[in-house]
Formats: sequence, C-alpha cells, structure tokens
Amino acid sequence: MARYDRAITVFSPDGHLFQVEYALEAVRKGNATVGVRGTDTVVLAVEKKSTPKLQDSRSARKIVSLDNHIALACAGLKADARVLINKARIECQSHRLTLEDPVTVEYITRYIAGLQQKYTQSGGVRPFGLSTLIVGFDPYSRLPSLYQTDPSGTFSAWKANATGRNSNSIREFLEKNYKESSGQETIKLAIRALLEVVESGGKNIEVAVMTREETGLRQLEEAEIDAIVAEIEAEKAAAEAAKKGPPKET
Amino acid sequence: MECVFGLVGNGFAIVAADTSAVHSILLHKNNEDKIMVLDSHKLVAASGEPGDRVQFTEYVQKNVSLYKFRNGIPLTTAAAANFTRGELATALRKNPYSVNILMAGYDNESGASLYYIDYIATLHKVDKGAFGYGSYFSLSTMDRHYRSDMSVEEAIELVDKCILEIRSRLVVAPPNFVIKIVDKDGARDYAWRQSVKDVTTAAV
Repeated sequence: MARYDRAITVFSPDGHLFQVEYALEAVRKGNATVGVRGTDTVVLAVEKKSTPKLQDSRSARKIVSLDNHIALACAGLKADARVLINKARIECQSHRLTLEDPVTVEYITRYIAGLQQKYTQSGGVRPFGLSTLIVGFDPYSRLPSLYQTDPSGTFSAWKANATGRNSNSIREFLEKNYKESSGQETIKLAIRALLEVVESGGKNIEVAVMTREETGLRQLEEAEIDAIVAEIEAEKAAAEAAKKGPPKET
Repeated sequence: MECVFGLVGNGFAIVAADTSAVHSILLHKNNEDKIMVLDSHKLVAASGEPGDRVQFTEYVQKNVSLYKFRNGIPLTTAAAANFTRGELATALRKNPYSVNILMAGYDNESGASLYYIDYIATLHKVDKGAFGYGSYFSLSTMDRHYRSDMSVEEAIELVDKCILEIRSRLVVAPPNFVIKIVDKDGARDYAWRQSVKDVTTAAV
C-alpha cells in the first residue's frame, strides 16, 4: 500500500508556500463576495452567476447559517466549503454543549482559520481552496463583527471587506465609501459595492442580513433586492444629474 | 419519587413534571425545571439520575440543533424521538443512561404527538404516559378521565386532578410541579403548581 502521507505543502527556496498561493488563485476565480459591518446590522452579499433555468436555486444557497447568530459566505471551491461549514456547525453546537454558551464570532473564526492552517501543515492533504467572510453578533454583548479567513489560515476583523472575483476593486470602492451605518444603509452599501462588478439586478445577487434584535439570518427576496437596486440606480442618476446641473447657470 | 406525566389534546400536547431535586434524604431545591425546550416545537420531560438527565437531554438538544443548521429544516418529533431512543440503545450495553423521557412535539403535517422513551430504550408513541411512582396514580387518573381531542382547559383540569392524586396518595409526594405545553405556536411554559414556595429564614 503506497504511502499517502507525504507533505504536499512545502516551502520553496524563496520562502513561499506555493500550494497556499495556488489556493488563493482558486479564491480569486470564485464568486465576488462582500461583507459589511454596521452598528446594528451585518450584511453578506454574493454574486450569483447565471443560474441554470432548470436548477432549484434554493439548493444552491451561497450564504449559510452556522448558528442562530453567525453566518458565513465564501469564495472558492464550494465542495471544500461544505466540509469546513459542516465542521464549523458541529463546533458551534459542541461549544454550546460543553461551555453552556454560544460561540463568539471571533472564536468560530479562529476555529475555521485553525482548520485551514492545519491543512497547510499536514501530510497527504492540500489546503482548502476558499476564503470565508464570517459575520455575526457576539452573545450577551451583542457587538457586531465581520471576519475574513483565507487558505493560509490567517484571519482578521474588518469593517467591510470583499473576497473572490474583483475583490480588489470592490475593496477600493468600500474604502472610498465606507462610513458607520445601520439598518437599510448597511444593506445598501453592501449591494452598491457588489454592483461595481456584478450585473445589475436581483437575480444576480444573493443578499443575507443579520440584525442585533432578531435571531437568525434573513435572506432577502429577489423583489426586495430589486427594489434596493432600483433605489441605488436612482441615487446614482441623481448624482450624475447634479454633477451636470450647476455648470448651466451663468 | 420523581413524577413525570403527559397527554395529547386537540392540537397540543401537555407535559407536567415535579420540580424537586433530591439527594438521598436532602432536598437540594424545589424549583428544578425538568422539562427542557428541545427546539421551537418540542418538549422533553425527563426523570432519572440528575447528572445523566441533564447530560443526555442537552446532548440530544444540541444534536437536534445541528440537524436544523445542516439541513435547513428542523427534525420532526418522530425523528427526534427515534434519534433519542437510538442513542439510549447504543449506550445501553456499554454505559447506560438512567433517564426516562416523555417527548412532546407539534409538527405541521402530523399535529401534536407524545413519545414514551424509557431508560432501556423502549419507544412508544402514546396519547398519555407517565414515569415514576407517581405514574401509578397519574396513569390511573388519566385512564379514567382522558378523552381524545380534549381542549386545553379540560386537559389542565385532568393534569390538576393527577397532581392532586399524587399529592394526596404518594408518601413522599413532591410539593411543586411545572406544566409546559406545545402547540402550533410553539413550546412554552404553561404554569407552575406550587404548594411550597422557597422558605427564607428570618434575619437574625
């Protein structure tokens, strides 16, 4: 029986872990994903590349709940995502069982990042080909959080971030336009950011929202998304008109 | 001396449990809630070894939650009951749990149901069930007065009759009971029946 446990992710002479970098390439090819943290709302938005007509879209949800107060969206290899998400869900319940408390967002992020790191330093395995955006509200303090993990196993907290396709341009947009917001404004910012790289329309975007007051993740209906997109387009048009307006005065 | 009993009514199920936590001759507390809310539409009334009771019911509760997150929909009452029985059965000939359970639930498709699960992994779907020494009295009282499709008021009357019977005829009868109900609107506390409130000694 051949040995299947030799190290696959090893250093290159100039200190790179090429497998991890190749995994990041896989992430770069994944769906554009945006996360925004507001004062009382956290939002995840993911691009939906043209859904095949015959596919039941409900079975291909890209934004998932890990627990009542934590949600996750990812970019990259979706099959790898299933494995990580399953382990994270088990950890959420296991933590509740042994510690009588729900996980904090940071805890579960650290757990997922830890798993991703383990697979860069174990025999016979390759790294997970995905980056995650994790949002939620900590139990008791109810402080909102947004975290990102990547195939190397690093994680950090963000006010707003993007991963997947064109994440750099989305992040640039967010850096220019981010300000502390709440409720509907937070949702609008996330969708505006995603619309920088995604075709306009409710059927091309999946949006999910979690608020401090309600339990659970709320997936926005296509009609709701369309309405917000229309608002954003109207605001954009008004801004354009305002720019062209004043010079006419003499 | 732990008493747990329950019955199914018209679109709801009710379970009642005593609330004394006993260790040999000492009563630790008389407001111990032994009916766990398993999920939005399920109740688990458990009696037996206190450590096992909490350990096992919490274990079942977390696994029921995990199913909901993995699959996007909650387990049916029947499925949860069968899962519970399976866990008891697996542990039985290695490291058994000494816990008796009455599981009550409401499902949209099949209405209200009650499951009798004893510590050696017997599973029965029943209209009324009871555990403990109190069962000699509550089961007989329910057999006499139970009808199918009782209203909540009628069911509570019957539960109170059972509690009265237990209080008057069981030698070391538990003083306090908790009653919980599950129906289409979910699982929730219904009432407490207390004949002894916590006694605080006067300050010296």
